[in-house]
Amino acid sequence: MAHRWQNDLTPKDITPEAAFWNRRALLAGLGGVGLGAIGGGLAAAQDAELETNTWEEVTSYCNFYEFGTGKTDPATYAGQMTTRPWEVEIDGLVDRPGTYGFEQILSEMTLEDRIYRFRCVEAWSMVIPWQGFELADLLALAGVQAGATHVAFETLLRPEEMPGTRYPVLEWPYREGLRLDEAMHPLTIMATGIFGKPLPNQNGAPLRLVVPWKYGFKSIKSVVKITLTDQEPPTSWNMANAREYGFYSNVNPEVDHPRWSQASERRIGGGLFARRQPTEMFNGYETEVASLYADMDLAKNF
Amino acid sequence: MALSALNPSLRRIPVWTLWLAGLAPAVWLFWLALSGSLGVEPIKELEHRYGELALQFFIATLAVTPLRRFVGLNLLKFRQALGLLTFSYVLCHLLVWLLLDVQIPSQIIADILKRPYITVGMAAFVLLIPLAVTSNKASIRKLGSTWRRLHKLSYPAAVLAALHFVLLAKGFQIEPLLYLGGIIVLLLLRLKLPGRIRAPDRIRRRFGAADSAR
Repeated sequence: MAHRWQNDLTPKDITPEAAFWNRRALLAGLGGVGLGAIGGGLAAAQDAELETNTWEEVTSYCNFYEFGTGKTDPATYAGQMTTRPWEVEIDGLVDRPGTYGFEQILSEMTLEDRIYRFRCVEAWSMVIPWQGFELADLLALAGVQAGATHVAFETLLRPEEMPGTRYPVLEWPYREGLRLDEAMHPLTIMATGIFGKPLPNQNGAPLRLVVPWKYGFKSIKSVVKITLTDQEPPTSWNMANAREYGFYSNVNPEVDHPRWSQASERRIGGGLFARRQPTEMFNGYETEVASLYADMDLAKNF
Repeated sequence: MALSALNPSLRRIPVWTLWLAGLAPAVWLFWLALSGSLGVEPIKELEHRYGELALQFFIATLAVTPLRRFVGLNLLKFRQALGLLTFSYVLCHLLVWLLLDVQIPSQIIADILKRPYITVGMAAFVLLIPLAVTSNKASIRKLGSTWRRLHKLSYPAAVLAALHFVLLAKGFQIEPLLYLGGIIVLLLLRLKLPGRIRAPDRIRRRFGAADSAR
């Protein structure tokens, strides 16, 4: 079921043209879709000052280590990744395991706009206008079985098209995972586009996860495999350094990364004299997701 | 060795040209950052570029002695400038971090105390301060043999600077390890070796006290 969470924004506010001509336009507050107008879902947690970053910012400053560790490496090298045809293998504890073609998935899903804050673990942030569908809808397509508790994801691993994978920066392929309730949460989407255009390769074409209340590395790119399981799956950054990167990795200004503070962040796009701004609990989505972690010690389960 | 044939030409190059060429990237990079040509996150980029240049000048400074000893290339007259350029870039790197990156004084102090990679970087900076202050002819004369011993602080400072880079990398990255490896090799080349490989005594005598830190 799509549209369980509503932005107070309209699609016309997030066209690339609008972003181009009106670089810092206030996008929120202009829209005509009322809060909670559709469905019995969650209230939108949009603050009126959520302005999106530009196309250039979103597409030129990326972490996608399969193409190199430099911020501009993905924009430089990801073009060589073949994204058509694209298939996603869905297996594990599902009723209908198998290989799902990208076009086939799209034909079954309802695309919608989601403007989300995006907070990188490196303490920078953006606001990105995504297009995509709820992960819950894709999981329903495959039919989640009763015993499943977690979802595991894998990124494409094709060394001939991904120069970064020739180095053991991480253990390839890139892996991520969510608890099933996190995966089913209406804020959790599989994105297929930004600014009304198909995802550029460096942003995780053709299909990527977006979990806006978690650090960016949880939002795994260019997904080729989704596995429903009954245990917490291994995840790349946690495997590389468990002390620094927890399985949950929820945005939390009170739990520092061992090497830097997470209390504040710098919004990309402010230039050389940009000020830092305070980081919000769950990246500003506390109303929507805090209940998922009601009984948990967030400092321990970071 | 053929490289020593360059020595007469090198002697004719005035040191100020090195200063000019060495400081130009600092100004140029700042201009790029200011004008938006250093990407969409100019603060981190500028900070990293200054840090990288500091390491590169550090390596150049440490290479002077081995280059002379093993290939006969004499760059001694440039070493003081190379060392001070290293310090200048460390200072630029530190100022960008303090004023543009972290900005918040309480967090700066917390970072220095709590984050090992920053502690290590600050330690390298502190070790370099007395070296920068005494990198002049008057200090060399005044301090005599103490000057040579003092300037051996550049060895631990270089290792700490490279370690600072290694510790801040996310995941397993090769570049910082190359810097650390390079610095360690340059320091190992200074170990006392059998006499026949060492520079003849008369050369060392000729350069006197100024030929420090081997």
